[in-house]
Amino acid sequence: MAVIEVDGLDKSFTLHDQGGAVIPVLAGARLAVEAGECVALTGASGAGKSTLMRMIHGNYLAGAGRIAVCGVDVARAAPREILALRRDRLGHVSQFLRVVPRVPALEVVAEPLLAVGASREAALGRARALLTRLNLPERLWALSPTTFSGGEQQRVNIARGFAHPYPALLLDEPTASLDAANREVVLTLVDEARARGAAILGIFHDAAARARVCDREVDVSAFAPVPA
Amino acid sequence: MGAVTQAGAVGAAAMVAEAAGADGLGTGGPGTGGPGTHGGDRPLLSAERLTKRYGGRIGCGDVSFELWRGEVLGIVGESGSGKSTLLSCLSGHLAPDTGRVLYDAGDGSVDTLALAEAERRRLMRTDWAFVHQNPRDGLRMGVSAGGNVGERLMGTGARHYGNIRAAALDWLARVEIAPDRIDDRPSAFSGGMQQRLQIARNLVTGPRLVLMDEPTGGLDVSVQARLLDLVRGLVREMGLSAIVVTHDLAVVRLLADRLMVMKDGHVVEQGLTDQVLDDPQHAHTQLLVSSVLQV
Repeated sequence: MAVIEVDGLDKSFTLHDQGGAVIPVLAGARLAVEAGECVALTGASGAGKSTLMRMIHGNYLAGAGRIAVCGVDVARAAPREILALRRDRLGHVSQFLRVVPRVPALEVVAEPLLAVGASREAALGRARALLTRLNLPERLWALSPTTFSGGEQQRVNIARGFAHPYPALLLDEPTASLDAANREVVLTLVDEARARGAAILGIFHDAAARARVCDREVDVSAFAPVPA
Repeated sequence: MGAVTQAGAVGAAAMVAEAAGADGLGTGGPGTGGPGTHGGDRPLLSAERLTKRYGGRIGCGDVSFELWRGEVLGIVGESGSGKSTLLSCLSGHLAPDTGRVLYDAGDGSVDTLALAEAERRRLMRTDWAFVHQNPRDGLRMGVSAGGNVGERLMGTGARHYGNIRAAALDWLARVEIAPDRIDDRPSAFSGGMQQRLQIARNLVTGPRLVLMDEPTGGLDVSVQARLLDLVRGLVREMGLSAIVVTHDLAVVRLLADRLMVMKDGHVVEQGLTDQVLDDPQHAHTQLLVSSVLQV
């Protein structure tokens, strides 16, 4: 069984505050990502790439279908099962960093390791190593990322996503606002995660990045609902 | 003035040494609240079909949920939605008309609403804590800061002045109140400091469950962030379970693992916090989420 398996997945949004308008986004979506594989989601803006990614993360509810991540059916699991899955098996690098104001960047990065019971020393050590690799100046480590530039925030977000060796990893535009040098660092991190056997599903707008790290592509346009 | 504020003669080194034993957290520390704190085969707290009516009006109706160890549950809704009534029923401040509140600290489940008053008070002093929206409701305003923290410890049987004073100093530091304010009364503190003192008073006994009613209500935004950061760290370090009632969606976004949305006394939606906020299903939740002003 693949690490990430999606089958027969439907999604629509019902906007109660806008006359109950129903917006179908995905119908019958299916894909599988094996251990050690990196798969890119492609498709035009609005095709449902991020929606599909968010459903796999348990952030959006599934209308119908099955989402298996490390054997847990995210579409049916209780919240606490999803929390446990996110804590130790399913990593996620979102496009935007959302953190508690005042928490230093170093702590933000170390947090996923502390959550799985790592020692404080080990967690902070790993966080320092990642922030160093991602060229985040050391003078920023003790500061809250809320005041950082977009690119700096994204690097904190990436370091956080790669802190713990999750068997499944979701990457939503991890290189979008990075310069060439840092983009290369991120792609190397992806390579390393793949080499240790992680199943990775990513959205990369940059075709060169896709060609560099992805084994294959899944075009979500194929899951567009057929108008009634 | 409480006796605990008069123990200043004890040597500082001795205080620190004793504090580790006094606060019951000697072996704890950041990072120890790992996966184990989310474990357990049974929920810590189970509310079963809680209903409270005020005459013909429903305060909260048929509310059921479970809270697991190490989990933070947010309850949101507008004024009059029943969230504070629910919290009062859970805490025993208000007797529900029907329903049960089962608490299981690992040695079997007890129906907290059926406990004798003395037993219920003992539970409230030891295992449970209640953080009021208004610190004046949760603090003794005429007693020093150290006395406020020490008093709760004495309620659990602590008697050694040195230990109590050391634990109070330790907790004032953890909630970022300078040690030289230990003998000041809360009335001389700002609102944010009072709220942090209330948290110290509540957590000094190492409770398992903390109930919070609008903990950031009435505080400046910058002070709110500081308090949220503090509470979040303490939940992680101590492996606390918490129920946080608030009308502020930003507070639950940062603090709560799970969310319940209430309207007219009923739970209209519940789930993972980020899922409920990012993909709300119920019309009322969509209205709440879409009404938040962006900055």
